[in-house]
Amino acid sequence: MIGNFLDQFWSLTFGGLSLGFIYILIALGYTMVYGVLRMINFANSEIFMVGTFATIIIIRDVFNFTQTSEYATGFRLWLILGTALVFAMVVSGVLSMFVEIVAYRRLRRMNSGILAPLISAIGVSMVLAESVRILTDSRPVASPRAMEKKFLGQFFDAGIRIDNTIIVISALVLFGILITFVNKTRMGKAIRAVSMNPNAARLMGINIDGVVSATFLVGGLMTGAAGFFYVLKYENTSSNIGFELGIAAFTAAILGGIGNIKGAFYGGLALGLLETYASFFLGTQWKAVTVFIVLVLILYTRPNGLFGEALTQTRA
Amino acid sequence: MINLRDKGAEIWESQGRLGRIGIALGGIAIAASLPFMGGTILNTPIADYESVLVYPIAMYVLMAIGLNIVIGKSGLLDLGYVAFFAIGAYTMGLLGTKTSLNTWEILPIGIAMAMFSGIILGVPALKLRGDYLAIITLGFGEIVRIVALNLGALGRSEGIQGIPTPPGIFGIEYAFDSHRIYYWTLLILILFAIWMVRRLSVRRAGRAWESIRQDEDAAELLGVPTFKYKVWAFVLGASVGGAAGVFYASKTLFIAPDNFTLQISILILACVVFGGMGNIWGVILGAVILGYLPDRIRFLSDARLLVFGLVLVIMMNLRPDGLLPRKKREKAIVKKDAS
Repeated sequence: MIGNFLDQFWSLTFGGLSLGFIYILIALGYTMVYGVLRMINFANSEIFMVGTFATIIIIRDVFNFTQTSEYATGFRLWLILGTALVFAMVVSGVLSMFVEIVAYRRLRRMNSGILAPLISAIGVSMVLAESVRILTDSRPVASPRAMEKKFLGQFFDAGIRIDNTIIVISALVLFGILITFVNKTRMGKAIRAVSMNPNAARLMGINIDGVVSATFLVGGLMTGAAGFFYVLKYENTSSNIGFELGIAAFTAAILGGIGNIKGAFYGGLALGLLETYASFFLGTQWKAVTVFIVLVLILYTRPNGLFGEALTQTRA
Repeated sequence: MINLRDKGAEIWESQGRLGRIGIALGGIAIAASLPFMGGTILNTPIADYESVLVYPIAMYVLMAIGLNIVIGKSGLLDLGYVAFFAIGAYTMGLLGTKTSLNTWEILPIGIAMAMFSGIILGVPALKLRGDYLAIITLGFGEIVRIVALNLGALGRSEGIQGIPTPPGIFGIEYAFDSHRIYYWTLLILILFAIWMVRRLSVRRAGRAWESIRQDEDAAELLGVPTFKYKVWAFVLGASVGGAAGVFYASKTLFIAPDNFTLQISILILACVVFGGMGNIWGVILGAVILGYLPDRIRFLSDARLLVFGLVLVIMMNLRPDGLLPRKKREKAIVKKDAS
């Protein structure tokens, strides 16, 4: 077992890393909203699901790929991937803003505690998941493969696959952009201010509704990107996919300290690797149990997650 | 909008002892006669009306009352309530098929198992802050399902079949398809749960939960052993869930991990919040509506969950405190604290 593990260590690690980066992006959707509103954005998992379908629409319907098409190469390939990524992000981002308006805004103004918005967000996610389920006839949808999944090189014994590489690099870039946005721009400053103290921020003339909308937009953009990467890696999706990944990503956000952007990063990576290793040793069916036990142990020793909670701490 | 809850409380409080007994008996009589209303507008188009009364409606009501102790009374967000329901059901499934114990003998064992798992989960989890409690309980609910799905002894995905029906008592026989009998038995369980919650609410435990819900730190400073009462709320909630589970297994004769998904937890939570957290009548009303609605609108067939989601969103936006919210004087303190 151990010998086997060492043989496969690097290929497992690469798979776990790219899964981890997908988790990071979804976890950002949770953590941004939590940082500002102190509420769990329950609909984020379905926003991810919609992101995966947006990707498939571009690849299958706009560029007319089928299961038997030849792989795209060169400029056309990058055009397809770029369009799919941008489309998935925009669709998810706009949808996320819409969810905020429908499920949160009125309740937030009424100052109605955390449970009422939680239930209305659950309602919105049911509507999203059910609409897609009806549209797809409850069947999983496979994505045609637009890109040949070749190996870029070898690292010890493990091949470095191109899709995993693209995921890691682009997710890192997106994460960098997000950090810059939150730390350097005016809107980012406003987001941090609201997350520190909403009342004081309002007194300073910050438009709270605008900031909350922007937060949902940014969270949705990241979650949508995760949808694209998921399709790139696994090449299929279904209307009930949001739930499982949403829970995992939410766990990742908590693991790192929810509300903290860097926490989402390390939490996502840790969770991706942990799940992959646990599936190898114990079998796929027990990975959720392992993750849960690790989460309980970590929360028990560090009640605020590994990296603490505040969105403002990203300045450090 | 008119406040039905305060209206109801006014009528109740203006009555003397006899009047109250009259109202209570009248309510029980209406609830007990529901199985005979199958021919009226209440009828469900596709599913058998009387079986809908048993599951989901009565079962949801029972579970919602249990979850209300945890969420409504003491303000602890539990997203994995289905775990206790599953533990009760699997206790019934295992003991009912492997031993010669009958349902009534297994009921206390199932309740004890659920309470025990409530302690196992509650003692570490309740030391954590509110939002983390949500994810820990959610994870626990999933883990119970995953364990049931993967342990050979629990039948994996096939579940447990051939669970015996309850043996007759007082000359009443529990035939597989006599839904009314099950409904009335559940009604008795529900009345017992209501009685328990109402008694506890006005005693030390109820006051401790109320203080924890409003301000845990202040309660702790004033000498309320908050941790102890949080665990108690959790365990009592679990016991009701366990009782519901035992009875559910004994009614459906067949259980599988698919019956215990997170969706049940969320639905029960929705019942509690939708009806009016903390107010037991609101919670019951919420559970009746949310249990009944999906079957009533079954003519929408495929779209019924979609419509259900829409109803949740619209209702929460119109009445964020639920249909029958808790008393105003209790609410006012929370509002002031939250702003």
